[in-house]
Amino acid sequence: MSVNILFAIIVTSLATYSSRFFGVLTSEKIDENSKIYRWFNCLAYSTLSALISRVLIFPNGILEETSYFIRLIVIFTSILIFYLTKKNLVYPTIFSAIILCIINTLT
Amino acid sequence: MINSRIFLKGLLSVKRFDSPAIALGASFIAIGALLKNLGFTIQESIFSTFLTYALPGSLVMAESMLIGASLLNIFLAVWLVNARLYPMTVSLMPLVMNKNQPRWKYYLSCHFVAVSSWLIMKSNYEKIEKEHRIDFWIGVGTSTWLIGIFSTMLGYFSADYLNKDMMIGLAIVNPVYFMCAMIGVMKTKSISIAIILGAIFGPCFYYLSPEWCILFGGVLAGTIAFLIGEKNVS
Repeated sequence: MSVNILFAIIVTSLATYSSRFFGVLTSEKIDENSKIYRWFNCLAYSTLSALISRVLIFPNGILEETSYFIRLIVIFTSILIFYLTKKNLVYPTIFSAIILCIINTLT
Repeated sequence: MINSRIFLKGLLSVKRFDSPAIALGASFIAIGALLKNLGFTIQESIFSTFLTYALPGSLVMAESMLIGASLLNIFLAVWLVNARLYPMTVSLMPLVMNKNQPRWKYYLSCHFVAVSSWLIMKSNYEKIEKEHRIDFWIGVGTSTWLIGIFSTMLGYFSADYLNKDMMIGLAIVNPVYFMCAMIGVMKTKSISIAIILGAIFGPCFYYLSPEWCILFGGVLAGTIAFLIGEKNVS
């Protein structure tokens, strides 16, 4: 380990908390019915969506070891199950874990 | 100081069958196991989730440490991947702020802003009286945060029993859950456009800059969605 773990944790938490802290600071001057609030609301959903799709398409960590094609199959099947189960979140989630685990074992 | 009835209501909001608790738990189990494999002690692993409580940030920290990055590089990499917490906080806090509540509650509870707690709050805040929303939010945040901490411990202790395929299965749970959750909240035109364009632009910008793709893609997608939404309003 090249850097002290404790310092890495503290640096990570500071980098993370700073966004949250400045978020509250900005919020003190923003009205929930204002245009700027609506803009931030759109930004929140779009950055979150950008993060999720990046994680699925260009993952970090252990997901990197699965093929792009397999991940795409899992994504589209999960969306299909989500709609088939009347937008239930549990079934596609559990399905995705099981199917990815099985496909990866077989390949 | 805190309305205990409302706090408890928030605390128990993760009990629902389709709450993010499953996705949250699975992903922090994976993080716990990963941190153990990286050489973290149990105390350091708990401390990490306790202080950071943001999955992509923890993952980036772990990866940066693996390649021997400096503290400054770790800070920048984590800041970039977690910068999305800024608009998320701004889109949440005005909904819970009230002049009768002390400010420390906002600055303390903003630590709980993460995708799971944020989505729970966004879909429930209207049911709570505005003056007490902050207490409900503290309840929601406390429960999701505790799930994260306990799951990290569970992952740490079960690391030896989790093989690679099981780890892969755990790692996909979180993005798939939140992908479906995001599709589920596409109820207005501007939010739907923001989510769809964000999902397209995020990976597209990855080719230009892997570090900045979430911010660039997210800001562009969100701004387009906002402009289209405003055009329809006026």
